[in-house]
Amino acid sequence: MPTDTPRHSAHDNTIVLVGHGMVGQRFLEAIAARGLTATHRVVVLCEEPRPAYDRVQLTSYFSGRTPDELSLTDPEFIEQHGIELYVGDPAESVDREAKTVTARSGQTFAYDTLVLATGSFPFVPPVPGKDITGCFVYRTIEDLLAIEEYAKTYAKTGAVVGGGLLGLEAAGALRGLGLDTHVVEFAPRLMPVQVDEGGGAALLRTITGMGLTVHTGVGTQEIIGTQGAVSGMKLSDGQELATDLVVFSAGVRPRDQLARDCGLTVGERGGITVDEQCRTSDPAVYAIGECALASDGRVYGLVAPGYEMAETVAGSIAAEESSFTGADLSTKLKLLGVDVASFGDAHGATPDCLDVVYSDSRSGTYKKLVIGAGGELLGGVLVGDAEAYGVLRPLTGSVPPVSPEQLVLPAGAGAPVAIGPSSLPDSAVICSCHNVTKGTIRGAVTEHSCTTVPEVKKCTKAGTGCGSCVKVLGQLVNDELEASGVEVDKGLCGCFGQTRQELYEIVHTLRITSYRQLLDTHGREAARGTEGCETCKPTVGSIIASLAPTIGADGYVLEGEQAALQDTNDHFLANLQKNGSYSVVPRIPGGEITPDKLIVIGEVARDFGLYTKITGGQRIDMFGARVEQLPLIWTRLVDAGFESGHAYGKSLRTVKSCVGQTWCRYGVQDSVRMAIDLELRYRGLRSPHKLKSAVSGCARECAEAQSKDFGVIATSSGWNLYVGGNGGATPRHADLLAQDLSDAELVRLIDRFLMFYIRTADRLERTSTWLERIEGSLDHVRDVVVHDSLGLCDELEALMADHVAHYRDEWSETINDPERLARFVSFVNAPDVPDPTVSFVPERDQIKPDLPLLTIGSRPRDLEGAASR
Amino acid sequence: MSVQLRLKDDWFEVCDRAQLQPGRGIAALLPDGRQAALFIDREGRAYAIDNRDPFTGAAVLSRGLLGAAGGRTFVASPLLKQRFDLETGRCLDDDSVTVETHTVRLA
Ligand SMILES: Cc1cc2nc3c(=O)[nH]c(=O)nc-3n(C[C@H](O)[C@H](O)[C@H](O)COP(=O)(O)OP(=O)(O)OC[C@H]3O[C@@H](n4cnc5c(N)ncnc54)[C@H](O)[C@@H]3O)c2cc1C
Ligand code: SF4
Ligand code: FES
Repeated sequence: MPTDTPRHSAHDNTIVLVGHGMVGQRFLEAIAARGLTATHRVVVLCEEPRPAYDRVQLTSYFSGRTPDELSLTDPEFIEQHGIELYVGDPAESVDREAKTVTARSGQTFAYDTLVLATGSFPFVPPVPGKDITGCFVYRTIEDLLAIEEYAKTYAKTGAVVGGGLLGLEAAGALRGLGLDTHVVEFAPRLMPVQVDEGGGAALLRTITGMGLTVHTGVGTQEIIGTQGAVSGMKLSDGQELATDLVVFSAGVRPRDQLARDCGLTVGERGGITVDEQCRTSDPAVYAIGECALASDGRVYGLVAPGYEMAETVAGSIAAEESSFTGADLSTKLKLLGVDVASFGDAHGATPDCLDVVYSDSRSGTYKKLVIGAGGELLGGVLVGDAEAYGVLRPLTGSVPPVSPEQLVLPAGAGAPVAIGPSSLPDSAVICSCHNVTKGTIRGAVTEHSCTTVPEVKKCTKAGTGCGSCVKVLGQLVNDELEASGVEVDKGLCGCFGQTRQELYEIVHTLRITSYRQLLDTHGREAARGTEGCETCKPTVGSIIASLAPTIGADGYVLEGEQAALQDTNDHFLANLQKNGSYSVVPRIPGGEITPDKLIVIGEVARDFGLYTKITGGQRIDMFGARVEQLPLIWTRLVDAGFESGHAYGKSLRTVKSCVGQTWCRYGVQDSVRMAIDLELRYRGLRSPHKLKSAVSGCARECAEAQSKDFGVIATSSGWNLYVGGNGGATPRHADLLAQDLSDAELVRLIDRFLMFYIRTADRLERTSTWLERIEGSLDHVRDVVVHDSLGLCDELEALMADHVAHYRDEWSETINDPERLARFVSFVNAPDVPDPTVSFVPERDQIKPDLPLLTIGSRPRDLEGAASR
Repeated sequence: MSVQLRLKDDWFEVCDRAQLQPGRGIAALLPDGRQAALFIDREGRAYAIDNRDPFTGAAVLSRGLLGAAGGRTFVASPLLKQRFDLETGRCLDDDSVTVETHTVRLA
């Protein structure tokens, strides 16, 4: 968008920027903010065929972000500031004597100040065959378009050379394109720069678990071609790997050729040497971003230090005092389903430092903190659970307010970790992408009267880079609002000012059976009469379902208005999977099943071509059903005596059991019978979140009852009841609620406990978090449900009795009602046509979703547009 | 009364009005193989957008929940919960993403 007549006269000062990448664009914003675009002519030479875009989020292209959506350049900004931007026209030479730059098009520009922001190029190791068709790098949008094109036409298998941050991102992308993906890393572990040995081991398990094949400790020796295209690679251990596509991601090198050619000083290992003001050996020339060798002797491969350099140079052109002396290398991997972060001195390189390590290989969690001699936090590595990253990174350099052990232990083990962002000093950097401190964020609230997170983001830029600080940002903004007397809204959502618990009480006492009625009578003023929202609909739907028999609502969750309240899975009474297909789980109480019933499940799965998998809850999950197949599948299952397993609902899932006294030499009670009784009692109970349970036949605890919402362990004289346990991402050991209970006492206590939870928990709050949140914690709950301190127990028991008496199987109710059945079609106007976008490919003798079809097949129009731009 | 979509110059009949329940979407197969998600809100206004969720690629938007924000009606994707304005197709959680919309009438 160059303007035809530059609005600056010839004697104006001219700034020429070479390279319009992320840092170059930031530099333009920084000089515009300082008013320099009004006093200077600004010329930008951009090599790529498109102006600056978000390289950090490059991989999101594969999840549907178009190149346009990745752009960082607002044409209006360029125009408004009279910037002359030459797209697709790189600088070819610099004459420092004459102070001119010549571009490929032949144009020559005179400069007073020259800024080089040429970034890096991917390093490709000099192995034979590296240039064969099918070899790629991963740096630009054009690279991704080429990889995508090649992968969908020619490739089934792909290999990434390099297991670092970018290599794993690239590998994730290949996997997403449906390729069998290998990662070859020369170092003995993945992400060798960021994580240590222990972290590498945990990461390896997670990555392998995602279906990638990892080869560590081996180098790539040769790329083998057949008929001019890649067919495999030779590894240094003699192995040969068959692959159709290779992506090199073995590090980057600064693009300093232009600087070398015009005689600027460059580092021994590359990078344009600059001082603290980012000035090169020629005072009229600056270098910023990944091409610069900073005054601390490092080349930074991250965007945040580049942004700081851009600000430094803009500042120094505006004659402000500014300098760049070095930056932190904290990073968080942006790979779906993998939590990896490292910050500060992650490897413990500081003399006399000590480590605190928590490692749980079962859950793939590894956390290490590096502590200095004075007790200060120096850095750390988090794998598998990087939740604490947002708070720990800003704490780096200071002595944490609680002991380091408490910072790495999972919640529930040991003392609660009471460390939030409120304990951070004002100088702590919360957003490292934009270098925003806690003080600045507080100032945005107190001085610039921002009252929401989006406002604070806009005002401070915090949270608009990699996004890893947004959670802490939210907590800070809330704290600050609360402190400054602004009443923080604890309401459920924009429609209701009440909490879930308050809504429960209203629905219960006033016997409100319709969402609309509740919204129109108790919603916020502005929300009455509106459609509501996706937060309160399922929440109220669940409350009404929990209380249905007591308040006289229909117990069938797809009845009338209730059908329009049900979230994702409840919508079709099955679990929605990533490609729009569903999975089906019949109830197998206690995990006990007859051979005949097993055979029925096998036959149904075979006849409908479903993928089967044994779940952790001792039952069988059948995947890949289309909407219109659900009723047919369930007709067969119901005929054979099965009922809904409610795997889709926020409700009781399963009660696992061990074989117990009947078979086991150690067993002291019949754990299977108890598990079946409990599962049948609480089946179909809608609750704030899913509920899991288990019964073990003796203290050896083979059923893992202490990791459940309510768990039962047999003793020689009865049962012990544990509550508030959790597995998954935030494991928590359950707390003992009561001991040596008889059968009847056990059931009565569980009745009360569950109903008290359903009544008082927040939306989507598991019993583990609920137990830690409510005032008085376990002691309070014990007082209420064991000692009846609130006089509630009769009511709680009555509510459960209502539930038990009115339970009906949702699936038999569905298949026996033609009107309900009519909903189960893919297309209302073509009830017999299956959804063509739901398709499968074989894997290990079963099916799996055909994902390339989703990412590519149904998006041809976007792609054409993208390629031609 | 039937629900009809405008496709080029013609009105394409999708289903009977009674098959559309307020707040609960349905999917329709269009003659060119594409899919539309149809909704009706509590006021009886009908909407139609492309059924494909641009964030995941799956054809599931018809199975999302309806809501209102600032007087405008949206659907939240059942997969990753991004919200789309039903009139303009604009994603409320990501300015740069839009889904196609169709003109719809009850006739
Ligand atoms: C897949 C991927 C994921 C990443 N993830 C992260 C992350 O999570 N966090 C993070 O901090 N960083 C990440 N990075 C790194 C980050 O993108 C870079 O640090 C950042 O882009 C550097 O900005 P830059 O402007 O220095 O270089 P670039 O963005 O590379 O821009 C340099 C530009 O200069 C152009 N150029 C070069 N020579 C010339 C010439 N002679 N004339 C004109 N133009 C020229 C180049 O074509 C390029 O467009 C990632 C990078 C990739 C590739
Ligand atoms: S928990 Fe006890 S009874 Fe149950 S299987 Fe294990 S050892 Fe046997
Ligand atoms: S730390 Fe990256 S956006 Fe804040």
